[in-house]
Amino acid sequence: MSTAATTRPGDEVVIHRVVEKPMSTRRRVGIGVAISVLGLLSLLLGHNAQAHDARFDLSQGSEFFHVPDLVLPVAATAYVIGIILLAVGAYQAVRGFRPRGLRIAGTGIGALFMLAFLSWAASGGKGSTIDLLGVLENTLALAAPLILGALAGVLCERSGVINVAIEGQMLAGAWAGAMFGTLMGRFGGVLTALVAGALMGWLLAVFAIRYLVNQVVLGVVLNALSLGLTGFIYDAIMQPNANTMNTPQVFQPLQIPVLSKLPLVGPLIFDQNIIVYLMYALVILIQWGLFHSRWGLRTRAVGEHPKAADTVGINVLRVRYVNVILGGAIAGLGGAFMTLGSVGSFTKGITSGNGFIALAALIFGRWSPKGAVAASLLFGFAYELQTLLSLVAPPVAIPSYFLAMLPYLATIFAVAGLVGKVRAPGADGEPYVKE
Amino acid sequence: MKLELRGITKRFGSFTANDAIDLVVEPGEIHALLGENGAGKSTLMNVLYGLYHPDGGEILIDDKVVSFAGPADAMAAGIGMVHQHFMLVPVFTVAENVELGHEQTKGFGILDAAKARREVTEVSARYGLSVPPDALIQDLPVGVQQRVEIVKALIRNAKVLILDEPTAVLTPQETDELMEVMRTLKASGTSIVFITHKLREVRAVADRITVIRRGKVVGEASPNSSSAELASLMVGRPVQLTIEKAAHEPGDVIAEVDNVRIVDDAGQVVVDDVSFDVHAGEIYALAGVQGNGQTELTEAIIGLRPLDGGRITLSGRDITDSDVHDILRADLGYVPEDRLHDGLIGSFTVAENLVLDRYDSAEFSKGPSLDVGRIAANARQRVEEFDVRTQSVDAPGSTLSGGNQQKLVLARELSRPLKLLIVAQPTRGVDVGSTEFIHRRIVAERDGGAAVVLVSTELDEVLGLADRIGVMYRGKIIGEVPAGTSAETIGLLMAGTVPDDLPARLRDPGATATGSRTTVRTEEPL
Repeated sequence: MSTAATTRPGDEVVIHRVVEKPMSTRRRVGIGVAISVLGLLSLLLGHNAQAHDARFDLSQGSEFFHVPDLVLPVAATAYVIGIILLAVGAYQAVRGFRPRGLRIAGTGIGALFMLAFLSWAASGGKGSTIDLLGVLENTLALAAPLILGALAGVLCERSGVINVAIEGQMLAGAWAGAMFGTLMGRFGGVLTALVAGALMGWLLAVFAIRYLVNQVVLGVVLNALSLGLTGFIYDAIMQPNANTMNTPQVFQPLQIPVLSKLPLVGPLIFDQNIIVYLMYALVILIQWGLFHSRWGLRTRAVGEHPKAADTVGINVLRVRYVNVILGGAIAGLGGAFMTLGSVGSFTKGITSGNGFIALAALIFGRWSPKGAVAASLLFGFAYELQTLLSLVAPPVAIPSYFLAMLPYLATIFAVAGLVGKVRAPGADGEPYVKE
Repeated sequence: MKLELRGITKRFGSFTANDAIDLVVEPGEIHALLGENGAGKSTLMNVLYGLYHPDGGEILIDDKVVSFAGPADAMAAGIGMVHQHFMLVPVFTVAENVELGHEQTKGFGILDAAKARREVTEVSARYGLSVPPDALIQDLPVGVQQRVEIVKALIRNAKVLILDEPTAVLTPQETDELMEVMRTLKASGTSIVFITHKLREVRAVADRITVIRRGKVVGEASPNSSSAELASLMVGRPVQLTIEKAAHEPGDVIAEVDNVRIVDDAGQVVVDDVSFDVHAGEIYALAGVQGNGQTELTEAIIGLRPLDGGRITLSGRDITDSDVHDILRADLGYVPEDRLHDGLIGSFTVAENLVLDRYDSAEFSKGPSLDVGRIAANARQRVEEFDVRTQSVDAPGSTLSGGNQQKLVLARELSRPLKLLIVAQPTRGVDVGSTEFIHRRIVAERDGGAAVVLVSTELDEVLGLADRIGVMYRGKIIGEVPAGTSAETIGLLMAGTVPDDLPARLRDPGATATGSRTTVRTEEPL
């Protein structure tokens, strides 16, 4: 036994690692079969195509140069993708990807299948053009509140407080943004939305941290409170005086010089309103800060092992208060994006479940900001697909109820199937009580 | 730095954990605080570290009264503490854990990782405490984790270091290394308060010994005192430290564990092709440091955990896929290591806890309802027989002390005839008096013809009770030795080293192979 683990002070330290458990055969084959089914579906789509070509519009017209439309032969594209997916599925069933490889392969598989699907959808009748750039722009617009909501979740849960109240915080922000945006101007609206979200966050913090209320139940109750309160104010004040209370000026896109003229990414990323730019900054700041700043280190420590943090003199409760309140403010900004960034007025329950989808994005994204962004974009795309399919006429009509289910189906499959077991912060949802 | 505690009193409700305790720690001495579990040692140190606020008394540093609002104040005053349960974030690196709370920054709250790493390397080199700054805590053996805790205190300029039961999780070899570290620290002028209930260690390393019993200082002792003297001072009466038992007469094989393999939820192989058998009238000890697969193995035998391979038989019957209920009916008794979590239901009464596994038998039920009268009568009888100290049989299980809870679990399991008894860590957190009693009952069960599997991390317990000893290391039984094997040999096995003089037939063939099928050992010089 030369690999003894004893180490004497001064010796070199030997680290033993155990390799990951190979995926169970059932799971491995199951995933392989699922990929193959997508492959077969692609072949079917190719067979079913009506028009010869599908046309994708990739430019807006304001770029430095015109990006030509992408024209794909539908049947051939779908067949090729089908065969690739069948091959990948067979490899997975027989050999199996490593977990990391599977995640990368999964992204590729999803993108390829979507390409086959969209080609088929555009091939109805004589064929139609899909404004792919527009689809992506809408995806980002739909994802923006989800991203902000999920960031709120990151702050809360990384510090150990479960935030089911994202929905309510967003709703409060949406309401404050619309009403005070009308009264005080749109920047005043954004500011009050931040404050309204922070107040909701503060409520969550006080009851969760100080009064040790069960955090999931508390979140549900706060959502009901927010829905009731904003609904009441809407009925009592805003709706009767819509002109003076519920017509905020909407933020228009700001084009970033030069960058916005780049093909594809220009119109997609650098031609957005100020709330989206603020969102970019928040994503980068939180992603970087969590792992490279004192705030991040302490936040993670408090969320993982609060007692360890306490014994080195960190004020656990204060760190949690700060993060939960900040999180509430960010969710409030997400709400403001809905009223001040896109719709232009408040209606009852305008957030319509976005806060819960944001929660799913947080988990799907493994409690990391960049993961949450990716998940939010996926969900945003599912929403957009619903709209798209009702506009183009695919060869086979898809029932609208089924389309309405898409985002939620995507959520369930994503959280249950692709993520599998994920590790939440160690002390997530556990109140810290000093003995 | 001279540290003095004067008349420290700490109460929890009506219970007085520390009763006017006086203690003086001179600069550069190793001061042992000896006492049983629950004597109030840890409470006292938590008061000193600012985690608890005393109800009376004062703390003096260099003859000046100080008061601590929290650990930060205590640390600023030069007091460092290594807790019994390490205060380390498992998903953080060593450097991150060390700098947490006093971070090295480049300004604006931006972490300076390079500087933190340098600081860790510097301190660990100065005191000979080798730690890898970039490794994650969860990947490190406990001995190294403990060094990280010590580095953490030293980096904050601790002049008095409190070590709370530091050897509870260590192998004998690691314990020796820790003592070496303690001597090095002492030589550099750091005082150490060493909390323990292990007599051997106190005598080996301490300069002065203060004995605490039931929250009070009952005396000082010199390190030259004998173990028996220290034990009786600690317990308050003469104690028998050795276990009396007759030579064993092994009968037929009762239980056979055959190539059992268990993979945990995280995908790690925790029990790696383990095989052993136990005979009637024999105590087979599974020795080893905590976390080497013993817990999972016993849970698998009782049916709480599915196997990923292998077979378990009891009296020739295959119980591999049987459920817990059937296995208990096959006359298997189980005393789990975590009695409060797995052994009893805290909010249930003593009487209810005593029939947890048999409430549905004809003996304790009348049709669909419980026979409350018989359950109570049974309880009174068991409480009497096993000397369970409780106010009444209707008191909730959680109100009992650790030792009495353990006797309660044992009373339940031994109240029916057993073929196989599995006892895991039977005396952890149990006072010396109850330990004696529990050991006697285990030996009596063996003498009655049952096969006994004893899982223990306490070397003394293993040596005292076992007829045969299998040492588990990283999921394998890396060596099987007879009773009477030296503590040193078993200690080496517990650390994963097979001594050269061990007869070849005692070696597990799998353990000597270079790397098993799934366990990959990467050795990285750091």
